[in-house]
Amino acid sequence: MTAAEIARDVSAGRVSAAEITAATLAQVDAVEGEVGAYLTTLGDLARSCAARVDERIAAGERLAFAGVPIAVKDNMCLDGTRTTCGSRILEHWIAPYTATAVARLLQAGAIPVGKANCDEFAMGSSCENSALGVTRNPYDLGRVPGGSSGGSAAAVAAYEAAIGLGSDTGGSIREPAAFCNLVGFKPTYGRVSRYGLIAFASSLDQIGPLARSVEDAALAYDIMAGYDPMDATSLDRPVERTADSLRTDLAGLRVGLVREFDTKALGERSDALYREAYRDLERLGAELVEVSLPAADYGLATYYLIAPAECSSNLARFDGVRYGLRVEGDDVAAMYELTRAAGFGMEVKRRILIGTYALSSGYYDAYYVRAQKARTLIARDFERAFAQCDLIACPAASCPAFEFNAKSDPYSMYLMDYYTIPMSLAGLPALSVPCGWTTPEGGRLPMPIGLQLCAPLFGEKLLLGAAHAYERATNHASARLPETGAVRA
Amino acid sequence: MTPDTIDIRYVAKLARIALTDDEIERFSKELGELLGHVRALEELDTASVPATAQVVESRNVLREDVERPCLDREVVLERAPQRQGGFFRVPRIIAE
Repeated sequence: MTAAEIARDVSAGRVSAAEITAATLAQVDAVEGEVGAYLTTLGDLARSCAARVDERIAAGERLAFAGVPIAVKDNMCLDGTRTTCGSRILEHWIAPYTATAVARLLQAGAIPVGKANCDEFAMGSSCENSALGVTRNPYDLGRVPGGSSGGSAAAVAAYEAAIGLGSDTGGSIREPAAFCNLVGFKPTYGRVSRYGLIAFASSLDQIGPLARSVEDAALAYDIMAGYDPMDATSLDRPVERTADSLRTDLAGLRVGLVREFDTKALGERSDALYREAYRDLERLGAELVEVSLPAADYGLATYYLIAPAECSSNLARFDGVRYGLRVEGDDVAAMYELTRAAGFGMEVKRRILIGTYALSSGYYDAYYVRAQKARTLIARDFERAFAQCDLIACPAASCPAFEFNAKSDPYSMYLMDYYTIPMSLAGLPALSVPCGWTTPEGGRLPMPIGLQLCAPLFGEKLLLGAAHAYERATNHASARLPETGAVRA
Repeated sequence: MTPDTIDIRYVAKLARIALTDDEIERFSKELGELLGHVRALEELDTASVPATAQVVESRNVLREDVERPCLDREVVLERAPQRQGGFFRVPRIIAE
């Protein structure tokens, strides 16, 4: 069942939230040993939330997300539950409050099934950087689910939740969605409150949904979006509802194809699938136009200065004093250094070091400020492109889901986000929608790939509407796993 | 132009992370390579380009200076690695 179907049926009294929750927890029991989507499952909390939702429905309340089971990425706070960020430094930390995005979904009737695995502090593209668990791709257990929101993606793909909450800093919702045959949606920066999202790179982080359909993603977004006084960067402007205005065609829309993003480099099969996707957009009534993003090729370099710089600053708070791990040392400086040495994994240390260096005296202008200027050029490229088109279409990731340990060189992992980082740097709303299947070289099973669509700032309604038209016409996601029991070994 | 090597020991000191000898060797190599990649930014003409820190509108957020509910002190302190009474306990900072 989709989230939309669950909410309709629970609201109409055709099924109870308790029954939906019991079925979801049974599915978790059946597949979690193979998938490993969750770091913490919340059976008792889920059952008590379900009972409360059923009471509210019985009392005549209307709940937009009645009984919808959700997986919450473990970098978002949920009061009274363990919130680890996939890190040893927070392995035993219990959140003392609830993130706004999570609270809004729960208020609308959602059921929290568990806290989903992720790359440590959301730094990674495969979930392999989690210090606390291994998550496998339900479509091929020998492959990664993507990242950093890989646990949320795997949970939704394996029917261990109907909606996954993810956070996207450079592609961390869109890439795992592409790897797990899902829709993954990153709204405009500031649309969804970051209050209670443990910060990685504050000028880029944005919460969004992973879902089995565009409609489900739109419903979740409509509930989560909107101004929050607890987040100073939250956008104080009206939010248009998206779920009730999804389109069935693309008539009158111009879709930009990026000259610099040549899909030939992705291999024959993926190239063919993306060309077919562009033709499908045209068949739905869109006019295809070529646009140019000359600075986008500098996106990775820009991102790998700005994101680590912000991370080095944000993660300074983990010092063994107020929360999390402490390793004692001879003096306070030694305590800091030993705590952070023991608590952080290799990728987090790597990024803190890069960021510290880029911000350090003598290098600040050469690295950090130069990257901020490149960010301006990238945002200007999009502004120019959107003068010629309404949406941009391009790949969501550089390849389908890869095998474990396939990207041991850090830069090869960073390249996964080549197509998603420019949009993040410009703050734009973007999503990944399934666009076909390809068997990776040396692989045994066909794996999904994703089409990325991107809109101008605040263009969520147009973006989700268009994605729905494409999804409805092509139906690539329909080759799903069975709803109960099995994942693909 | 920017230099080719990073003094990892110095940067780790600034970042307050104790590194092993193996980590120092590994990060020196990896971060040197990464700086090689980011050096591509020097190709861009950014002389007259303003820096972007925040990509959508940002403004000062002000509120009335009045007392409002906040996290309970006990809730916060029970999550601390070490406490003493109503305080976070830390190693001695000022020598005797």
